[in-house]
Order: sequence, then C-alpha cells, then structure tokens
Amino acid sequence: MLTVDTAVDWLKTFAAQVEEQKAYLSDLDSAIGDGDHGSNMARGTKAMAEKLEEGGFKTVQDVFKTAAMALLSKIGGASGPLYGSALIAMAKQAGETETDVAGIVKAGLAGIQKRGKAEQGEKTMVDVWIPVCEALDSGNLSKEVIQSAVARTKDMKATKGRASYLGERSVGHLDPGAVSSGYLFEALLKGGVLHA
Amino acid sequence: MRKKACGIVVVSHIPELAAGVARLLGEAAKDVSITYAGGTDEGKVGTSFEKISAAIAENEADDLFGFYDLGSAKMNLEMAIETSDKNIRLMDTAFVESAYTAAALIQADADVEAVLAQLDPLKVK
Repeated sequence: MLTVDTAVDWLKTFAAQVEEQKAYLSDLDSAIGDGDHGSNMARGTKAMAEKLEEGGFKTVQDVFKTAAMALLSKIGGASGPLYGSALIAMAKQAGETETDVAGIVKAGLAGIQKRGKAEQGEKTMVDVWIPVCEALDSGNLSKEVIQSAVARTKDMKATKGRASYLGERSVGHLDPGAVSSGYLFEALLKGGVLHA
Repeated sequence: MRKKACGIVVVSHIPELAAGVARLLGEAAKDVSITYAGGTDEGKVGTSFEKISAAIAENEADDLFGFYDLGSAKMNLEMAIETSDKNIRLMDTAFVESAYTAAALIQADADVEAVLAQLDPLKVK
C-alpha cells in the first residue's frame, strides 16, 4: 500500500540502486550520449535520499514533491527536468488519491511526455514507463516486465533526446534513461507499495 | 536611466557562452535588463533549474524573453518559467541572432508584438 513510509522506502531503494550502478549508467551513456547519466542521476538521487531522511512528511504528496525538487535541482542535464516533471505530476495525482498507484505512475508518465514530447518507440525512458503503466493497470508488474521493456530499447533507433543525433548508430545500445527508469520500478516491486 | 519594461534571459549549457551572449547583447541594449544562466551548479556543461530560476528572479523586468541553446536547456527553462510569477516568453529561435535582435528592438522601444513578429522567421527548433 502506498503510504508516506512505503513511498520513502521506494525512493530510497531507487537511490541506492542508482548509486550502485552509476558507473554502468555512465558507460551506457558514453556509447550514445555524453557519458554523464550515472553521475548526474547519482548526484540527484543522493540529494533526494538526504531530503527524505529528514522526514516529517504528512502525505505521500509531500514525499513526491520533496523528491521532485531534489531531482530537478541536482540531476542537471535532460534527466533533471524529466524525472522532476514525473514526480511533480505524481505528487499532484497523489494529492487526489493515495491509493491508486497505477494512476499515480500514469500521471508521472504524462508529466515526462509533456516535458520531453517523446512517444513510444523513440528509445527513451518512456519505453519503460508505458509498459509499466500497462502492467500496473492489469496488476501484473514484475521484474520480467520491467527488464524486457528496458532490453527492447537496445534495438530501437533513437529519434528523441541526445542519442537521436546518432541516428542508426544508436541501435544496439540500451537507452540509459530507460535503464535508470527500470531501477525506479524494480525498487517499486521491492518495497511495500504494491503489497497489502 | 530606468531599465526597459522588457528583459532578456539567456540560457546556455556553457557558462562562458551564456555570459558571452549576454555581453554581446549588452552592446546593443544598454538599458535592457539582461541576465543569464550557464552550466550546471558545479559550472560543468549542462543547465541548472536553480541557476535559471535565479537569472529570472534577478532580472529587473517582469516581462521577459527567454533564449536557450540546446534541448535540455529548454526543459529546465520551461520548468523555471512554470515556477516563476513573471511573464516569460520561451523562444525557439536561433540563439545568438534572435537574442541580439530582441535586445536591439527592446532598446529601440519596440513593443512585444513587434519583437515577436521580427523573431518569427528565426524559429529553428
């Protein structure tokens, strides 16, 4: 169930995973971008975890809003406004209802698409968020769903984002933003958000 | 002399590029408030929501034109615009040419509509 505690746990688990994989994320980004996705994400999620550590949250909305501002100000690059927009939209939706996790994640996806204008199949984080939203709707989000969505970005040709400058040369590499989004949703599975 | 009612915010991935464009604009527009944000919080290549928000806040005008270099600068600029009380027009126009044109026109007391009309053919992104 989504509560202040499970939301904080979810995001802290995500932060820990990003920290652990930051070299890998930057390596992926070196192949098709500017090589800073791991260090950028780790800087943002570390700041986010520190803010969450301070506690004192009354609502899930507070948690997401605090996380959003930390990510927005500290990630830098394109991922800052994208993850920031996602969490701002999620905070807004959580203000309506805290029980509908699928609805909240869907609002996050809409926030990303509003900011970055990416559609499905353009080799971006959206290619993970869309299948995750669908799986949440039908109640069968699993590690396999997430990992296969991430893996599918490998054969896509980038038409949005920094990698789009490479065109065909982007094929054969995982999208770094899709990989970091995969960590966000694996963290969601690990915590208590989706369990009664 | 009092600054013009319209100001300009310049956003670039590179601190020196932002400062350089602002300096260039200043040559044509000594009474226009021009502020800029370049690079990340650590001064590396990228843009910073916080720096952009500060550049908007520091500008003496409440009516602004925002110019940026590349894609992710636009996203951070958009977010800063959405969280600001000022009236800011985000310009998808050729960075240096259009910012310079706007600065010169504002200095010459052209109104907002005239500036927008002049910049329209310079839309490149």
